[in-house]
Amino acid sequence: MLPSLGYGILVITFLVTLYSVAIAIYGQAEKDGAMIESARRAMLITLPLITIASAILIYLLINDRYEVEYVWSVTNRTMPIYLKITAWWGGQPGSLLFWSWLLSAFTSAVTLRKWDRDRELLPWVLVVTGTTLAFFIALNVFYENPFKLIPAGVPIPLDGRGLNPLLRHPGMIIHPPAQYLGFVSVTIPYAFAIAALITGRTDDRWTRITRKWTLWAWLFLTLGLVLGMRWAYDVLGWGGYWGWDPVEIAALLPWLTLTAFLHSVMIQEKRNMLKQWNMILIILSFALVIFGTFLTRSGVLSSVHAFAESEIGPLFFLFIGFTFIVSFSLLIKRWPDLKSKIEMKSMLSREALFLLNNLLFLSILVISFWGVIFPLLSELFTGSKVTVGPPFYERATGPVWGALILLMGIAPLAAWGRSTVKTIGRAIWKPALAALLFPIFALTTGITNWIALIGFTLIGLVITVTVREFWIGANARSKNKRLNENLFTALLHLIKRNRRKYGGYIVHISMVLIGIGILGIELFQTDTQQHLGIGEEINLAGYTLRYDRLDQFRHEDGRLITRGEMALSKDGKYIETLAPRFDLYPDGQPMTIPAVRSTLVDDVYVILVNWEGITRESTPFKVYHNPLVKWVWIGSYLFVIGILIGVWKDEESKEV
Amino acid sequence: MKKLNILILLFIIISLFAVMPVSAQGGDDGVSDDEVNAIARDLFCPVCENTPLDVCETQACKQWRELIRLKLSEGQTEAEIKQYFVDNYGARVLDEPPKEGFNLLVYFVPPAIILVGIIVLFRAFKEWQGDDQEEYEDSSEGSIEPKRASADDDYMAQFEEELKKKK
Repeated sequence: MLPSLGYGILVITFLVTLYSVAIAIYGQAEKDGAMIESARRAMLITLPLITIASAILIYLLINDRYEVEYVWSVTNRTMPIYLKITAWWGGQPGSLLFWSWLLSAFTSAVTLRKWDRDRELLPWVLVVTGTTLAFFIALNVFYENPFKLIPAGVPIPLDGRGLNPLLRHPGMIIHPPAQYLGFVSVTIPYAFAIAALITGRTDDRWTRITRKWTLWAWLFLTLGLVLGMRWAYDVLGWGGYWGWDPVEIAALLPWLTLTAFLHSVMIQEKRNMLKQWNMILIILSFALVIFGTFLTRSGVLSSVHAFAESEIGPLFFLFIGFTFIVSFSLLIKRWPDLKSKIEMKSMLSREALFLLNNLLFLSILVISFWGVIFPLLSELFTGSKVTVGPPFYERATGPVWGALILLMGIAPLAAWGRSTVKTIGRAIWKPALAALLFPIFALTTGITNWIALIGFTLIGLVITVTVREFWIGANARSKNKRLNENLFTALLHLIKRNRRKYGGYIVHISMVLIGIGILGIELFQTDTQQHLGIGEEINLAGYTLRYDRLDQFRHEDGRLITRGEMALSKDGKYIETLAPRFDLYPDGQPMTIPAVRSTLVDDVYVILVNWEGITRESTPFKVYHNPLVKWVWIGSYLFVIGILIGVWKDEESKEV
Repeated sequence: MKKLNILILLFIIISLFAVMPVSAQGGDDGVSDDEVNAIARDLFCPVCENTPLDVCETQACKQWRELIRLKLSEGQTEAEIKQYFVDNYGARVLDEPPKEGFNLLVYFVPPAIILVGIIVLFRAFKEWQGDDQEEYEDSSEGSIEPKRASADDDYMAQFEEELKKKK
């Protein structure tokens, strides 16, 4: 009964969405306000409808209704309730429903809030988001029905298969929603861009409306990436957080174009140039969002054959093709209207450097995109598959990331319109000198790797230049008698007065802090694997780990836990006990959980190498020494703070 | 999924035959885990997607590592061992496509596209600088200072405005 109700609601939602799109197009063509109003209301109904369908699914998940295939495939009786709820997005049909729910919520938010102000654009925004929504709901309705019952005649299973243990981690519980929020929220600025193209409102109205949306999308895409990295580090047990896996790259691609967009859209706002380019970037971002979902959901990654067998893979392909063709046809049609007189006096002006930034981000995009699809091309054309692994990406993108950091050090000093070597030189020499302290400090700690020294110099430059920006502003305020502010309140007011600019600078600093962590783990990670008996020791990077004991016990949820204990010490001084674990779930799924001791200087990361076979006499341990990796997480927190400052409501606008 | 299972099973059986002479335990032959992993980390398992061999948890991969250990103890070099895997399982076991034939495209296409991007951008720059070129050059020589020479002035201008409001 309930499953049928859930499915019925999905079918109704699908029809309502189609109606909304059709009537919006018709209403626009006929200039009929009543029809457009009807379209808007229809779209608003989709949110409660999908919410009810999702609530039914969650109810089924919580109540162990294994007659529903999806419930059986992602939950079991031992799972706690919160995990059963998160199983909503733990499998293919559920995650597609989750995607639709988010998109419907975002679309409702847009249509509710700004309708009166932008009557011209909004019906078309509705058409774009509605079409996207209809596509995703259609996937649920026709191919991946979350309410599908197990075949008739088969007895209802007593227990479910349960969620993949790798997904039972806090990071994995919030990572997918964050990732999806990021993906879905890109749809909104894209929809406004297309609406602008259709209506011919080629001024910067659409970028102004969507500025906050774009920042939120960027925040969630970033959060999705970072949480995924954190999860990999804490759960996957291979000592790192980023392996240039196609799924990771799929999440990175739209982040790259959106980051480029956030910069180049400022050129449009300040100088009224490059409208065409911004359109291209937002269209690309949306296409990459769908492409990312396609990569992870279609099976294309395992092989082109799996893709051909998958039902929804080709549909995604068609949908990407469709949006691409429509978007670019519209763009070409409006190309002349989007033209503006471009003046770029100096290659060192802020706008020129922003364009250089775009070139670099798109270079990373080209490399990553090509690396991801090349194995598929190779399989398609030569019949044999190849692997494009981390060395390829690291070698190719490393210098580009370096150039981006250099740019972050220079661009804040360049003015809009004109800058010369002289003006920038005058502003940069002091911060540049101060930046040399970073590599000098690195040298004193014994680092002689030249890539690291160059990296630390560039990072130092970004930090000194950016801090100088804050200092100049705050100092000027605090010196002013009329404002009567001390240096600290001056700094706060400075940020408050221009949240976007200073939020952006905080993001810059956060990026280079992440850079410190990446340099540390990429260049200086060491590891060793050894079989130990009780009392034996491993030495790595000045640390000593003594193997003290091994326990094995069963957890109440049925998994068998094997837990080793190692005493970590340095220079003979005991630091703490590390207890790496290996969990074997009743369904045979293994999970390797590392023990990590993390400081600002380095992480000691230990795993029980269960795949080598564990015995008390000879227990295999693998120890990683990961220098500076904590800065990746510190930078990530700061990144979020920076964006939040950027999206926070301005006081001025509140007063208005 | 079923296909994959059969593949894995097949693979395990083949590998079992391949390593039959060696016992599963290592270490007695003077080859350390680290020496095995140094090679294993550059190889990718052909059944589990995108997982380097040194951290792959399947039985098949375990057998592979034992095979590496055996070959090391026989005195084979890293290059010889990698070649053995390529010969038997195809180029996909390497972490990068070999630089030959169709695979050359993976290395040449991105730089080519990026190069085109650079050329397009710089030609556009030239065009955009346009008529004002001379005036600009004058100012850069210092005879006429550009009006707003540095980003700091942006802030100062805004600051001044704020102060005016305060009055």
